[in-house]
Amino acid sequence: MAASLCPVPARQGQTVGPASLTSCLWRSLPDIVSFHRAGSPASCQYDIVNAAELTRSIMELTNCAALEMEKPRGTVMPHTGPELIKQANGLHGFMNWQQNLLTDSGGFQMVSLVELSEVTEEGVRFRSPYDGEEILLTPEKSIEIQNALGSDIMMQLDDVVSSTVTGPRVEEAMYRSIRWLDRCMAANSKPDKQNLFAIIQGGLDPALRTKCLEEMTQRDVPGFAIGGLSGGEAKDHFWRMVTLSTDRLPRGKPRYLMGVGYPTDLVVCVALGCDMFDCVFPTRTARFGSALVPWGSLPVRNKQFAKDFRPIDESCDCPTCRRYSRAFLHALFRSETAAMHLLTVHNIAYQLNLMRSIRESIVEQRFPQFVRDFMRTMYSSQEQYPPWAVEALASVNITLE
Amino acid sequence: MPESVLYCSLHDPGTPCPPGYNNNKTVSIWGYGGRMEMTASKFMSMQRALQPDWLQCLSDGDTISGETSRKRAKKSVDRSLSFLDECLRLQEKSPELQGSVMVGVIEGGDVLEERLRSARETAKRTVGGFLLDGFQGQAMAKETKLKLMASVTAELPEDKPRFIHGIGKPDEILEYIERGVDVFESFFPYQVTERGCALSFSYDYNPDPEAAVIKQNGIQDAGKNGTEKDINETSKADPEITSFEIFLKEKRYRDDFGPLVHGCTCYCCQNHSRAYVHHLLVTNELLAGVLLMMHNFQHYFSFFHSIRDALRDDRLDQLKELIFRQAL
Ligand SMILES: [Zn+2]
Ligand SMILES: [Zn+2]
Repeated sequence: MAASLCPVPARQGQTVGPASLTSCLWRSLPDIVSFHRAGSPASCQYDIVNAAELTRSIMELTNCAALEMEKPRGTVMPHTGPELIKQANGLHGFMNWQQNLLTDSGGFQMVSLVELSEVTEEGVRFRSPYDGEEILLTPEKSIEIQNALGSDIMMQLDDVVSSTVTGPRVEEAMYRSIRWLDRCMAANSKPDKQNLFAIIQGGLDPALRTKCLEEMTQRDVPGFAIGGLSGGEAKDHFWRMVTLSTDRLPRGKPRYLMGVGYPTDLVVCVALGCDMFDCVFPTRTARFGSALVPWGSLPVRNKQFAKDFRPIDESCDCPTCRRYSRAFLHALFRSETAAMHLLTVHNIAYQLNLMRSIRESIVEQRFPQFVRDFMRTMYSSQEQYPPWAVEALASVNITLE
Repeated sequence: MPESVLYCSLHDPGTPCPPGYNNNKTVSIWGYGGRMEMTASKFMSMQRALQPDWLQCLSDGDTISGETSRKRAKKSVDRSLSFLDECLRLQEKSPELQGSVMVGVIEGGDVLEERLRSARETAKRTVGGFLLDGFQGQAMAKETKLKLMASVTAELPEDKPRFIHGIGKPDEILEYIERGVDVFESFFPYQVTERGCALSFSYDYNPDPEAAVIKQNGIQDAGKNGTEKDINETSKADPEITSFEIFLKEKRYRDDFGPLVHGCTCYCCQNHSRAYVHHLLVTNELLAGVLLMMHNFQHYFSFFHSIRDALRDDRLDQLKELIFRQAL
């Protein structure tokens, strides 16, 4: 009945429907993707959220999936092209985005998502998903593109292998990534303006990771990413590789853990010494109808919310929670993409709020207590705490009572 | 949205409903859960829950397929009148609906006598406005529609608003306004957005120099549609695309760093370029629709603003001349 009887839905009425409503919502979330130096030397200096995903929902942030090279369909090269972006005064100009931007090298996307890609010492060879043309992405080419895009943080091209692969391929990829880092650094034409980050590889092998860390930390790069994780490996392996890496990275430079993550993972990995994260989770899960809340998630598509007139989270002051009920979002989800936008706004607000709270607790020197409160709210009982998280936190002297 | 007027229509003008389901007792309505048979009492109990400011009365509008017989047209009028009587009776008994205005529905397909009978009979009832139903879609010839429209509105009292659904193209809007229609809905900018287009027509009939530039821009764009270079892209485009809009997926917008429409004050035009929206469309980003909807709503509503000004200043002819020039 809602389709036809729904009062003034998105496409009716000379007045306004949800689609235009959203216009007034987006603007109320100010500068989210900005570097916030919290004054703390170690953890959580940066408030980087995967710009691609953020921007998808919030007007001010607008999309940069393509520019992040998140997916092959969004790659910059085939259809947008670096020359075009250059013409538009870089990515900042193209998107009209004044805050910081991070671009990925494109290697990960090619290897993981495009069939028929082939890695040689020269670079990654793949077929364009658009015209089938063969393209060779070398470290030099990747940096040339990222220089043209004008991002604030660039990622080196690395030789990516899945975290579940073992054997000599992992070792080969690690050494190749070091060689490619050198080529990327040499190719960077604007080292004073654009920060090139190294990516630590080495799979789940402590010896290989240690070797990679040893080599890469000898290079003068402005920051380090921890790569090759968050690809389906056991959490127990995951956190040990993270902590191994942060132990050996210089304290004065940002550490960026790629592809993480879920709220618990963020809190634990900050405790292990990571500063920056990026993840599609908050926005992807929003598109599937799931809202992030301090006690987990709220699947608003479920029937139980059809008559629930409370906001998603009473303590949240995002534009969605200030205006709409769970019941409204539930009904809206049955037909309108506006529902996805509204939920994305909330989830981004949740994520940023979480990171802000972490930063504040670090500045105020009460981070361990923050972690304890966070875990208590997130899980119904101590028995529910993931064992790996308990163990990881204990390794940095945060006990959960 | 306490500040807005809520009008509750029977069907979504954006999506046509399949014909052949209505009978004496019920009207079928399509929702997320499929077809629902609506009786007058079920319909009104739903209205009691919704409490809209204006509500379209339950009616049998199943006459838009084009093959309406005189008999079917008569039936649609009879049924709709009896639904109206029943709904008005139920409204009187509902304290929740004392603030709501019932909009009577005028049916009758393309049969003039039935249309006139429907108008006269509906006007006798205590309705606050009239919906001229059954004019959406392509089945009825445009000439027939306009002729019917003029005859029907002549039968209606001057002081009550006349609504119409499914009419949205700028030139059509003006033709219906001339024939006495007051309220339209906005399925048109929605459809324009859905097909990746931005409204770009000029509605500024004031001959001041600044406006002339805008006008020129709009017309130039319209003229450029279909240059040789674009033939490939245009063939993939929705055949419904009108000359009032530009198809931003076309390759020539790839490096066009201007706003969608010069001088537009909408969020999209103030902050983003055609090239950026082109990029969002090509990569299937949801944001493309959000930005386009903002622009298209603003553009469309400004057009209505311009219509109201023109009516007030008695210059509808100038506006009409401008719009019709772009309709070609
Ligand atoms: Zn919220
Ligand atoms: Zn605009």
